[in-house]
Amino acid sequence: MPELHVNGSVRQHDAEPDTPLLWVLREQLGLTGTKYGCGIAQCGSCTVHIDGTAIRSCALPVSALQPGQKIVTIEGLSATGDHPVQKAWVEHDVPQCGYCQSGMIMAAAALLKDKPQPSDADINAAMTNICRCGTYNRVRAAIKAAAGGKRSAEAIIIHADRSAA
Amino acid sequence: MTTIGLVSRREFIASAAAGSLTVGFHIPALAQQAGTTPEINAWVVVQPDDRVIVRIARSEMGQGTLTGLAQLVAEELECDWAKVSTEYPTPAQNLARNRVWGNFSTGGSRGIRDSHDYVRKGGAAARLMLVQAAADEWKVPAAECRVDKGVITHAASGRRTSYGKVAAAAARIKPPTDIVLKDPKDWKLAGKPLARLDTVDKTTGRQIYGADLRLPGMLNAAIRACPVFGGKLKSFDAAAIAARRGVKKVVPVGDSAVAVVAETWWQAKTALDALPIDWDFGPNLRVQDADVTAMLKAGLDAEQAAVGNSNGDARAALASAARRIDAVYAYPHQNHATMEPMNATAKWTAERCEVWTPTQNGEAALAATAEAAGLKPSQCEVYKIHLGGGFGRRGAVHDWVTQAVQIARQLPGTPVKLLWSREEDMTHGRYHPVMQCRLSAGLDAQNKLTALHMRLSGQSILAGVFPQNVRDGKDPVTFQGLNAGGAEAAFGYSVTNLLIDHAMRNPHVPPGFWRGVNLNQNTIFVECFLDEVAHATKQDPLELRRSLMQGHPKNRAVLDAVAERVGWGKPAPDVGGQKVYRGLAQTHGFGSYVAACAEVSVDAAGDLRIHRIVAATDCGHAVNPQQIAAQVEGSFVYGLSAMLYGACTVKDGRIAQTNFDTYPVMRINEMPKVETIVIPSGGFWGGVGEPTIAVAAPAVLNAIFAATGLRIRELPLSRHSLKRA
Repeated sequence: MPELHVNGSVRQHDAEPDTPLLWVLREQLGLTGTKYGCGIAQCGSCTVHIDGTAIRSCALPVSALQPGQKIVTIEGLSATGDHPVQKAWVEHDVPQCGYCQSGMIMAAAALLKDKPQPSDADINAAMTNICRCGTYNRVRAAIKAAAGGKRSAEAIIIHADRSAA
Repeated sequence: MTTIGLVSRREFIASAAAGSLTVGFHIPALAQQAGTTPEINAWVVVQPDDRVIVRIARSEMGQGTLTGLAQLVAEELECDWAKVSTEYPTPAQNLARNRVWGNFSTGGSRGIRDSHDYVRKGGAAARLMLVQAAADEWKVPAAECRVDKGVITHAASGRRTSYGKVAAAAARIKPPTDIVLKDPKDWKLAGKPLARLDTVDKTTGRQIYGADLRLPGMLNAAIRACPVFGGKLKSFDAAAIAARRGVKKVVPVGDSAVAVVAETWWQAKTALDALPIDWDFGPNLRVQDADVTAMLKAGLDAEQAAVGNSNGDARAALASAARRIDAVYAYPHQNHATMEPMNATAKWTAERCEVWTPTQNGEAALAATAEAAGLKPSQCEVYKIHLGGGFGRRGAVHDWVTQAVQIARQLPGTPVKLLWSREEDMTHGRYHPVMQCRLSAGLDAQNKLTALHMRLSGQSILAGVFPQNVRDGKDPVTFQGLNAGGAEAAFGYSVTNLLIDHAMRNPHVPPGFWRGVNLNQNTIFVECFLDEVAHATKQDPLELRRSLMQGHPKNRAVLDAVAERVGWGKPAPDVGGQKVYRGLAQTHGFGSYVAACAEVSVDAAGDLRIHRIVAATDCGHAVNPQQIAAQVEGSFVYGLSAMLYGACTVKDGRIAQTNFDTYPVMRINEMPKVETIVIPSGGFWGGVGEPTIAVAAPAVLNAIFAATGLRIRELPLSRHSLKRA
């Protein structure tokens, strides 16, 4: 059986070789955090990391992956949802419907790895994901906050301590 | 998080036991399930450990209603917000309990404004019962007890307890009938910019959408409906794909579609692509976009038209006016393009049918399920799954649910998940109605507006969706934002001689409620045309509006708020060496008053940049200001995507656009800075999910005119060049 290196472990699948990586992740490995939005690499909902680079998995045949390539999905970005990008997303209450946000977060995490202090132009170039709810300004603010390590002052949001709940 | 429903939980747990198929699923913790403790009432369940489950009847699709409604319940309940979670009751439970949760419909920006009263009463009643239970136990008058964050105290005796400890006793107390709600000025949770309850799972991939659902033994279906609206399925050659790996069955769906059912969706989709299908394309095969345009154009001059608003004698006043200004505007069909394509999972037997689906109206989904299943509603159930966008597509019409049940009926006992491809979604929508409008203004010798005639010609949503609500050829929803009065969507100007009428012209493309609905095009027509009148008569666009707004103080207040914030009347600072120009718009819709001022520049090559938008909203009562800001920002993305690019055109009877490459939408690089002013004036409850969309396009179009002298009357903007000669 073909193998994939996903989120730190080796996983087997029996998908046809021309199956896009997205559908192997979702239907063979049960990793449904990565979303189907367009199937033609337009919307970015399916963004994952392959060897640290943000890739749209909906148009990438699984057979095109090399055996040693390391795939990280939203489920593997951090063990407990505490990657700086995820924390900034929560701080800014970025998601609305949330369907595009796995892809947004993966794209943002790859951007910050590449450019720890991204300019607005860097953000525009890297964050080409589509969000129909319209979270773009909070996405931008959260990326800047994650880069600077602090929350931007733009949105005042009261967070309850749910640790005991 | 929101749990999914009793039976689905059982399925989930069974599914978890089945093994690896459910990797990545979030299985609700047992303690969160309703039923471990009796409910206090329909809205509130309190667990022994003081955790509170608030039941939410409306659907969460990103607009934040889950959090807002929970805030309203918790406000009256006086519980600890940090211990609040939510769950959806199911449509069949609502039916069985005499609709105790009221209306499930989540559209028209009504989630909060139509249910604030009874959900707050639900929270207040539960508080009274919990306090009464403690008082009974202590044998003291309830009036002597105090409650704060779910802790009940009796000062005189020094006793204290918590909601969780008295919940079981409270559930047995007769519900109070005399309930006094708090004055909003005393709110502690409502009105505050609280973080959403559903954010964390959306950052980790744990949030389950309909498309993510997996049930034990489930198969996957891909569907293709006749690409031409009104066409039928003639035949298909199932044998041609029968040997493909994973393919289980090829089935007709209704009389106009065919589906392939396979082990995985990718197998189903690729097999469907290879399936030979013969269509009867029906009567619309030769219809082109120019035919639709011509049909509407004829309506501009038609004698027959339904009158939506009139006073004085607009025709006579126009005939005798010193000056007359005319313009024709056009608004195209548009697809909702939710990020998550339509999907539903159905399991059918001769006795029962269950459906799991993202829906804006669980009750309508249940009705569609029962009809397609050939069963009574009481034999069916719908489990609402979190929506990956709704925007009106998942509300009134449940065509995808009907299809899913039709497929599942052909595989009794097997759950089948139907997922539309993006292409299917783009070409089988329920489209924003297509509309043209001729506006005619009459002016006296002093350039005062004395007459206005708006002739709408185009598509009726009701005629396509709820034809029984069309009376004498009139669709009242067409006049959204143009009505003579009322709290919902009134025309915001006083014109001595006014006539607004509609010649209904319905092309074969199915219409639907599209976020913002008819307020979108109506506000463009009114606000851009008034801008035209202002420029043609050398009046300031703000002052012209104000001169017509004496009887409309709330409209004027939001308009003044944005004008003041931008410093209207003084030039905007240049950006990057480009001069910046402004445009205004205001409207009343979904019960709220909204206004916007856009700041744009257009360079010599015609490249448009939208730098900043200042927006004001008066929604009466503001339940969560930071989520209102999020809705306002999102409304600009939705409205400006439509203005910049949104057009579904007809080619050979079908929709020509098939995916985001041919139906582009706004991305982050085009997103302006948005400053949201929330000015809740109190005394009414307005919606916030939609109204701002309507002011997005006209504010920017008016700014484009200020920058270029080009008046864009036919949308989208991508059809035009802004390059100056």
